[in-house]
Amino acid sequence: MLLSGATLIFVLVTGLVALPFLRRKGTASERHEIRTWVIGLGLAFPMTVLAALLAYGLVIGERLLPYPGDAVVEVAATGSRDGWIFTYSDAADRTTSAVLHIPAGRPVDVAITTEDVIHSFWVPRLAGKLDAIPGHVNVLRIEADAPGTYQGLSAEFSGPGYANLTFTVTAHDGAGWRAFLVGKTE
Amino acid sequence: MNALRRHRALSLIWASEPGIRGWFSTVNHTDLGRMFIVTAFFFFVVGGLLAMLIRAQLATPHSAFAGPDIYNQIFTMHGTIMMFLFAIPTFEGLAVYLLPKMLGTRDLAFPRLTAYGYWCYAFGGTMLLVSMLLGIAPDGGWFMYPPLSGAIHSPGINTDFWLIGITFVEISAIAAAVEITVSILKYRAPGMSMDRMPIFAWYALVTALMILTGFPPLILGSVLLEVERAFGLPFFQADLGGDSLLWQHLFWLFGHPEVYIIFLPAAGVISTVLPVMCRTTLLGYGWIVAAAVALAFLSFGLWVHHMFTTGIPHMGLAFFSAASTLVAVPTAVQIFAWIGTMWRGRPELHMPMLHILGFFVTFVIGGLTGVMVAVVPFDWQAHDTAFVTAHLHYVLFGGFVFPVLAGLYYWLPHVTGRRRFFRLGEFAFALIFIGFHVTFLAMHWVGLMGQRRRIPTYAPEDGWTAINLVSSVGSFVLAIGLAMVLFDIILNSVTAVRGRRDPWKAGTLEWAMILPPPAYNFASLPQVTGRDPLTRDPDLTSRLARGKGYLGRPRHGWRETLTVDVATGHPDFHVVYPSNTRLPIVMSAITGLFFLSLLLKLYWLTPLALAGVAVLACRWVWTLGRADDLPAQDIGHGLSLRPATATDRAPGWWGSVFLLTANATFFGSLLFGFAFLWTVAPGWPPPAWFTPSVLEICIGLAGAATGPIAIRWAIQAVRREANAMPALAIAFAAAGAIGVACAAMMLRAPDPGGHAYGATLTVLSGYGLFHAGLVALMIAVLIAKVRGGLTSTRRRSDFPVVGLWVDYLAATGTLILLVGHLPGFLS
Repeated sequence: MLLSGATLIFVLVTGLVALPFLRRKGTASERHEIRTWVIGLGLAFPMTVLAALLAYGLVIGERLLPYPGDAVVEVAATGSRDGWIFTYSDAADRTTSAVLHIPAGRPVDVAITTEDVIHSFWVPRLAGKLDAIPGHVNVLRIEADAPGTYQGLSAEFSGPGYANLTFTVTAHDGAGWRAFLVGKTE
Repeated sequence: MNALRRHRALSLIWASEPGIRGWFSTVNHTDLGRMFIVTAFFFFVVGGLLAMLIRAQLATPHSAFAGPDIYNQIFTMHGTIMMFLFAIPTFEGLAVYLLPKMLGTRDLAFPRLTAYGYWCYAFGGTMLLVSMLLGIAPDGGWFMYPPLSGAIHSPGINTDFWLIGITFVEISAIAAAVEITVSILKYRAPGMSMDRMPIFAWYALVTALMILTGFPPLILGSVLLEVERAFGLPFFQADLGGDSLLWQHLFWLFGHPEVYIIFLPAAGVISTVLPVMCRTTLLGYGWIVAAAVALAFLSFGLWVHHMFTTGIPHMGLAFFSAASTLVAVPTAVQIFAWIGTMWRGRPELHMPMLHILGFFVTFVIGGLTGVMVAVVPFDWQAHDTAFVTAHLHYVLFGGFVFPVLAGLYYWLPHVTGRRRFFRLGEFAFALIFIGFHVTFLAMHWVGLMGQRRRIPTYAPEDGWTAINLVSSVGSFVLAIGLAMVLFDIILNSVTAVRGRRDPWKAGTLEWAMILPPPAYNFASLPQVTGRDPLTRDPDLTSRLARGKGYLGRPRHGWRETLTVDVATGHPDFHVVYPSNTRLPIVMSAITGLFFLSLLLKLYWLTPLALAGVAVLACRWVWTLGRADDLPAQDIGHGLSLRPATATDRAPGWWGSVFLLTANATFFGSLLFGFAFLWTVAPGWPPPAWFTPSVLEICIGLAGAATGPIAIRWAIQAVRREANAMPALAIAFAAAGAIGVACAAMMLRAPDPGGHAYGATLTVLSGYGLFHAGLVALMIAVLIAKVRGGLTSTRRRSDFPVVGLWVDYLAATGTLILLVGHLPGFLS
């Protein structure tokens, strides 16, 4: 939708740029020209488009926010230049590295921080990215619709080794998640 | 005196030294503008070669072309060079070369400062080049986020090169900005009121003011990070009360306005060139000025949109998202005003017009993808992918490089005095246009497929191979096109046939002179009655050459010009410029020594270099003084003007106002940093507050109260030809008192290495101490001038300048002492 809207505006503008080469010199008065070009196309047109777009973005963004609910699973992700470490509030003794386990079909809040430089936690198919910043904890809401594995990436430049800073997210069905919590899954 | 003899006499006065010696001692804006532009394009070539290396690396998966260490240096330097050593200096060069000519005067406000700025840029840029040749170039990304760029994770000298080298180059940006602002406000042809200024001057004015308020946060950030790296003051370390987010705020507080600092001059070029190409005048002059001003204001409210993924609350994001989309409105006003200009005129497809069309297509796409990333949820996905890289290249190449190429072809006949003969340019444009879009359309696509920025390589399984190869091929086509442009320009500069005056039939004053331009620009200064003086009066050029304007009589070997009233453009004072000198290059070399001593940790050299700069600065102001009063000077047409030294508002006063504006922004950013750490950083409040002292605060505040009164008394005294010495002595003591209070605070501050609180107090009191010393030095020079008989009621303009600095010291000193002592009293 963003793309088609953008294409439409692009075609409109390039068309307006091309036309004066094909037609004869304009004869409109300065006041009329200002009204058409500056006030109409320059002010009113973008304001309308942008207001709609902004409202759309805010509504979507609001829907992605982590609101408290009883079914929410809480996990923690700690970035480092050696890889990601994950811990689970439902199973205090479990720590995994490079693989994050979550239940499918339930909202999961990931508390993100780092032990060295800035990283960014990103699982493209589950949610947008959120930064891991020293001394701060950021919470990201993710949810996998179906069991399976999802590719995750660090998305903030962190020096040499940045390209290999990846992880996977394994989403379990109900039974698999219970098995993970009691330590039956590695 | 006929035109030819006048030309010879004026050339003798204004010319730089012959041959290569002239390069080092020239203070002429035409010379320095050309030097700026040539140097900037040299760095453009270097940055472009680095881009080629990046695309060579990414052309195939598992590339072994460069290891990650080298690759990190390559992309860091590509961004750094293009932003700091190409884009900004190109604007400075264009403005330095064009403004006095467009405004109908003979030079910029402070010719020696132009030269000083240029040499700071050349030396600072050389420092960065050397680091690259030695393989120890900065490698933390052009944004240098700590803690990655801190001493723990980047112990090498690489990061220091960036922090120190860029700060050195920044001096030239601040110097040029002060210069441009004062020149536009005060140095114009008689009769050129603000609303008759050429549109480029408006854009340059807005850009210069943005540099003055946009660059100080970055300079502050660089200083703090370098102090952390060198001396362990933990501003950005979370475990010691610092916060790495502070860097991000300071960096983007600069970084986003920077985008518009780059775009606005380019828009100024379009607003100047497009109407000429369409044989008409610009539609909506006032609207365009308003749009540029609005853009400048809005751009300072946008910095957080680079930090959408740092965990800022959603309502905060909503505000900045709104501001980010809103910025598209003034941009749209300009775009449609330009299109309207094309509709009212008859566009002709000359070389500059081709590049303007390239601008339209490219920039509109960049603007549209920009609106996409301003939508927060979209940005959460696209952030730090190749999509953003592609977007920013559409904006910067479309919004800066195409317009600059248009301007280059437009003003080339002006610089060389020749007509384009070889027709390489059209073919080069086609290569650039096609190459650019192939490269970066592909990059949008691969970014949406999830390719991150700044990765040195990728695997074949990622499925990006074909697209990356296409993108790399496109980039080589683009590079060949740009190389052809440079070749075309060089070829046409040295071999083509002599051209006409005013080849485009433009109406602005830079074309009302013989080409290539003489060192003095105009043999006499015009009386301006409208926005396009040359259209109104096609005979203007020869009338000015025949000396029919103002100041048409060369005398005393003076480089003469006049200043005007800011709003109305009525002539108000007579100015004699300083002439050729090596002082600027020597002073910037010593300034470079100061930065070098910090870089190489030769701290014994630092105070020596600082003292050297101080001595040269004293010489700088001393040589302008005169031992006798000048009478009012006849400038022709029955007008005579007093010298600018006989006023309280001399050019130096205006320069100080704008320099202090930048300085105040720096200080404000420091206070912002203190408040930010206090409220946001983990590990606050600190273990112990600074122990307040009633005695110290009283000494400091007494100084802050006395200083401004004493200096006003001195200004009154010199105006009435009374003895100013007692007042100056009191002002000197007042500056000393503020210095003592700040020094005490610095000595007693909690361990600066232990917590960010102590570190911040140390920097704050150091700032106060430095300014107290600076103001004391200024007053001492003034006292020496009084004793040497260099001041009188007609030579009094130094007094109000020092007055400004005394007031500034009193205000900042008071704030520093309150901020330091109050928390201890309250707790």
